[in-house]
Amino acid sequence: MAVALLAEHDLSQLSETTARAVAALGAVGLPVDILVIGANVGVAGGQAAAIEGVRKVRVLDDVALEARGAEALAEILLSLKDEYSHFAAIAGAIGKDVLPRFAAKLDVSPVTDVIAVHGPNRFDRPIYAGNAIETVTCNETKIVLTIRPSAFSPARSDGSAPIEPLATPAASIADAAEFLVAHRTSSDTPDLSTARIVVAGGIALGSVHHFEMIENLASVLGAAVGATRAAVDASYAPNDWQIGQTGKAIAPDLYIAIGISGALQHLAGIQGARKIVAINTDPDAPLMQIADYRLVGDLFEVVPQLTAELEKRLNR
Amino acid sequence: MKILVAVKRVVDHTVRIRVRPDGSGVDTDNAKFSINPFCKHAVEAAVQLAEHGHADEVVAVTIGPAKANDVLLVALAMGADRGIHLVTEERTEPLAVAKLLKAVVEEEKPDLVLLGKQAVDDDANQTGQMLAGLLDWPQATFASAIEVNGDGLKVTREVDYGRATYALKTPAIVTADLRLNEPRNTALPQVMKAKKKPVDTRTAAELGIDIAPRLMVEKVAPPPDRAGGQAVGSVSELVDIIAEVAAGGERA
Ligand SMILES: Cc1cc2nc3c(=O)[nH]c(=O)nc-3n(C[C@H](O)[C@H](O)[C@H](O)COP(=O)(O)OP(=O)(O)OC[C@H]3O[C@@H](n4cnc5c(N)ncnc54)[C@H](O)[C@@H]3O)c2cc1C
Ligand SMILES: Cc1cc2nc3c(=O)[nH]c(=O)nc-3n(C[C@H](O)[C@H](O)[C@H](O)COP(=O)(O)OP(=O)(O)OC[C@H]3O[C@@H](n4cnc5c(N)ncnc54)[C@H](O)[C@@H]3O)c2cc1C
Repeated sequence: MAVALLAEHDLSQLSETTARAVAALGAVGLPVDILVIGANVGVAGGQAAAIEGVRKVRVLDDVALEARGAEALAEILLSLKDEYSHFAAIAGAIGKDVLPRFAAKLDVSPVTDVIAVHGPNRFDRPIYAGNAIETVTCNETKIVLTIRPSAFSPARSDGSAPIEPLATPAASIADAAEFLVAHRTSSDTPDLSTARIVVAGGIALGSVHHFEMIENLASVLGAAVGATRAAVDASYAPNDWQIGQTGKAIAPDLYIAIGISGALQHLAGIQGARKIVAINTDPDAPLMQIADYRLVGDLFEVVPQLTAELEKRLNR
Repeated sequence: MKILVAVKRVVDHTVRIRVRPDGSGVDTDNAKFSINPFCKHAVEAAVQLAEHGHADEVVAVTIGPAKANDVLLVALAMGADRGIHLVTEERTEPLAVAKLLKAVVEEEKPDLVLLGKQAVDDDANQTGQMLAGLLDWPQATFASAIEVNGDGLKVTREVDYGRATYALKTPAIVTADLRLNEPRNTALPQVMKAKKKPVDTRTAAELGIDIAPRLMVEKVAPPPDRAGGQAVGSVSELVDIIAEVAAGGERA
């Protein structure tokens, strides 16, 4: 049998998270096929074929699938159930939406947010906001997984797997939620879940205007921008910048946290960070306790100075 | 419209849990339990729909040990009309919960089932989607806004690129994110009133559904420790540290 991995893409480009999932699935020990599903996904399909270690790429290109609703994707996966022993997706908004629905239709328990693969049916996943890691064995007839991309390095991209078309299954989809409109955060910053450097701000920034200090520093560093839930709730930052238990999980080489206390639910999203820099007026803030480098100071003084000096140094 | 809202009893989100030294699980013996925060937002959404005349009945359901009655009381105090408690002392995986909820849906015939998007103990983020799959109903997960739209719903979801709005025909499944609303606090009078509201308590076993766990939890371990590091004395010292990583050379 083999593994079917649902690719992550934004219709035009394949997300790097897909190559991370391929690397994660290597430990399953079975061939991996990538399913690229959506509208006008030819480019993404080509990018998937370049991921090293992929047996083949199957592309389903259908204008009706632009919004990639959970109802339709679950039916497509279901039509492939006899061809694969494992079905996987990235633990992003789409994977989390679709895979449990699909698993229920197969009558199997999925394993979500996998952070380590120990073979075909043994996996680690975080529970209690990452305060515990459980190792589970799954003896289901089919194994359904979502993979947390930040927990894995990407597979290399010098492969050349064959690309095949995949047909839309005949089964009509019952009542699906109908996509009306997207409210996209316009930003050209790197993707949070795969960025090498992340700069994030908390409620201490005090306004959407001041939050630009975080965005400026990030731009100097070519970094992704993140925020705490408190900052998002206060509308200083858009929801897709939230890091944590209910936001995104990150694993940068460097995480710079500014005016962030380090609540349990925030820490849940940053366990994969290699090094942490924290800037806070309170030396006892929980994040200051675990940061590799901590600077006690007022962000309103520190950040502009830091940004200016880094800009000079990096010559950008 | 009739709304069913699923609420779960979990270790309170402020508790820093401890993993048992023998790796057998998480020590919750003396922990404070409360209603899962996401479920509170689901209840608030249901009650608001009723208050605005869009729903005539809100039924809260929980699956869990006898003590899970507490969280039903919270839902009732917030404004749910009656409760259903399927009692089980077993560990229930989302698939089992979804199957039990499906049985309740078949009895109650709601137009909308609201759930939390995830529970803060297991963080599975599965139950609503699985229930939608079992019922073949449309789903809108991670909702940050719900509006009534003719005889259906308009739901805004939090997604990876921002937000997206969907139209759903009822019956439908919606799972609540934290920005959906501001759950109300309840005072003693509401709690006293809630205690008089009807609760149908049955054992989950009576439904004759196989709820045995499918996953075997082999061990539970604490995450790797972060030791903490060094104090940085000045901004220019910090510039050196950050510039090194940014230049793409040495890792910090
Ligand atoms: C169910 C649930 C899920 C949640 N999920 C998430 C999640 O996914 N992500 C998340 O982030 N949170 C989440 N939260 C919220 C979390 O509990 C915290 O409330 C939040 O992370 C706090 O954000 P903060 O650090 O910005 O604010 P605070 O905790 O208020 O901290 C602000 C910090 O700024 C410092 N400060 C103040 N002024 C300055 C200054 N001038 N210069 C420098 N430092 C300054 C303070 O010392 C303090 O440490 C969740 C909560 C719940 C209940
Ligand atoms: C005695 C006991 C022991 C346990 N031991 C373990 C253990 O060792 N390992 C382990 O992994 N888990 C354990 N659990 C947790 C159990 O497995 C989880 O309840 C189950 O996996 C569901 O995961 P979740 O709540 O994260 O689902 P999610 O899909 O994250 O929940 C989303 C939403 O579904 C609804 N929902 C979920 N559960 C219920 C419910 N019971 N009643 C009503 N609505 C609900 C709520 O609206 C909730 O917001 C134990 C539970 C109990 C009661």
